[in-house]
Amino acid sequence: MDLADLKTRALVDPERGLVSREIFVDPTLYAAELERIFATQWLFVGHVSQVRRPGDFVVSRMGEESVLLVRDVDGELHVFLNSCRHRGMQVCRYDQGNASEFACPYHGWTYDTKGRLGAVPALREGYFSELELAEWGLVEARVAELKGSIWACWDAATPGLEDWLGDARIWIEEFFTVPDVGVGELELIAGVQKWTLPCNWKFGAENFSGDNYHNVSHASVDQLALSPSGKAGRHQYDAIPQKPVLQNIAYAATGHSGRGALYPPGFDFLSAYAAVPELHAYYRRAYAAREQQLGERARMVPHGGTIFPNMSFSNGRTSIALWHPAGPETCEVWRFYFVPEYAPAAVKDHLRRYVIRYQGPSGLTEEDDMENWNLAHRASRGTIARRHPYHMAMGLGHELAAGSEPWIARGGTVMEGVSEQNQRGYYRRWAQLMGVL
Amino acid sequence: MSGPDNAALARLLRAREAEEFLYREAGLLDRREFTAWLDLLADDVRYFMPLRRNVPSLAPAEEWTREGQDVAWFDEGKDVLAMRVTQLHTGVHWAEEPPSRTCHLVSNVLLMDDSGPEWEVHSHFIFYRSRMERETDLLAGRREDALRPTPQGLRLARRRVLIDHNVLPIKNLTNFF
Ligand code: FES
Ligand SMILES: [Fe+2]
Repeated sequence: MDLADLKTRALVDPERGLVSREIFVDPTLYAAELERIFATQWLFVGHVSQVRRPGDFVVSRMGEESVLLVRDVDGELHVFLNSCRHRGMQVCRYDQGNASEFACPYHGWTYDTKGRLGAVPALREGYFSELELAEWGLVEARVAELKGSIWACWDAATPGLEDWLGDARIWIEEFFTVPDVGVGELELIAGVQKWTLPCNWKFGAENFSGDNYHNVSHASVDQLALSPSGKAGRHQYDAIPQKPVLQNIAYAATGHSGRGALYPPGFDFLSAYAAVPELHAYYRRAYAAREQQLGERARMVPHGGTIFPNMSFSNGRTSIALWHPAGPETCEVWRFYFVPEYAPAAVKDHLRRYVIRYQGPSGLTEEDDMENWNLAHRASRGTIARRHPYHMAMGLGHELAAGSEPWIARGGTVMEGVSEQNQRGYYRRWAQLMGVL
Repeated sequence: MSGPDNAALARLLRAREAEEFLYREAGLLDRREFTAWLDLLADDVRYFMPLRRNVPSLAPAEEWTREGQDVAWFDEGKDVLAMRVTQLHTGVHWAEEPPSRTCHLVSNVLLMDDSGPEWEVHSHFIFYRSRMERETDLLAGRREDALRPTPQGLRLARRRVLIDHNVLPIKNLTNFF
């Protein structure tokens, strides 16, 4: 497909709720995504608990590219392209560690934690001291931190993180707020799950943006008592007797979205952890504190969402998934799991075991998602298949400017129950950035 | 026969018994006799598959995530393993519906220590999975097991599955290792 020709093709039609299969399989479009989306948008790269001390670093990823997230000797955060300015070698091949410098193993150019080029072998006899060290530091991205989450962006013209998040910012702030809305932060459980998914990177991002419709995928796990509620079901909240109204919130300007559950007044949030006394007690306290701080709004319990383009968050089973592009047909998923920093050890342990058995490639729930996305992708590659767009029109035209409570939408549009509003918003933003809308 | 010879022979028999246990177990998994496989696990079994990180060779302590503390691929007991088997038997576990064809190749079996109430047995494995028409997956690694002799025969009391992958090359881990 020729990029110049893009506008003439109906790749995304938000008015009819149609999305062409081309955008999942076409290599030219994929290359354009790396330039127009991954090189311009803010991308989640890590969490402060990974880089607490000066010199701490982790290798992260932006688009297809390896980057280094480093806290420098003075405590400032940096994100560098993990590639030597001399001839491109990765300056760091370790997943994490603490370092005072990054020495390239190819010819020995050495960078400090601020990315400055310091030592260069044969600087005098080889370069006749004519190499301007100050001009050849590591390529650096913009960095921003929001409640412990760390983001980076390559494009100087993109608004700052908080403006870029726009009204969806409250979802990120709430996600990174500990359940009792009190002391401490979320803390990353050590170890980031990384795995390969044979499908386009947008499948996961889209699913987490608002696919409340795919419950049938998880019919097998709903028969088990997977959650700490002690009752059949995979979510801790499945056991809550009062039934909520699902809320989908889409932010038209940014493509971000959130999902949550609005419970009737006076609901008993605590029954969600009844099988585990320590968890039950912790969340009882947490909910009381939450209610005290948020009042009525505590009844709206976030479930998760997607920050455009590739960061999804899940509340409850507190985790973040990054859907890294790795070619049009391959996604590399990274999943980070969190627990409240100052929760009792027994609580942290139960939460850790719950998230591991729920999510990721070994999680009883997510195993089935991967199968569906894999085969959906594969079945969309064919010549005939590509002529037929995906249908995303559920609820089209019924979006509400405000939900049943005035504070729910807060800058977005709302749909209750099952809907594909959030996915339409996601692909509208995709099409705008790609220049095809 | 003299004493030392008897001891050596007894050890050989135990090594053989351990090896046969692992082969039988692999056969149960590949024939999808999951309930019979569960019966081979001690009620207090610990089943652990850590994540593997790229770390400096001079600082190997960080290479594996830690059991009972960190994120892992698996870190669970018989309750969750039994849930996995129940899920496989629902008929609507789409990641295994239709079921994968698997082949567990077990080798390099070594009885490391049989002096205690549990035998420490190490082995290597290649896990091959074929799915649907042409889907083919491969995982390689080794296992550190504790086998417990009981009146009913050996039981698996602990398994550490150490795979060689940093980024898991397959879409999911719906099978046992
Ligand atoms: S590529 Fe890094 S020093 Fe040459
Ligand atoms: Fe799902």
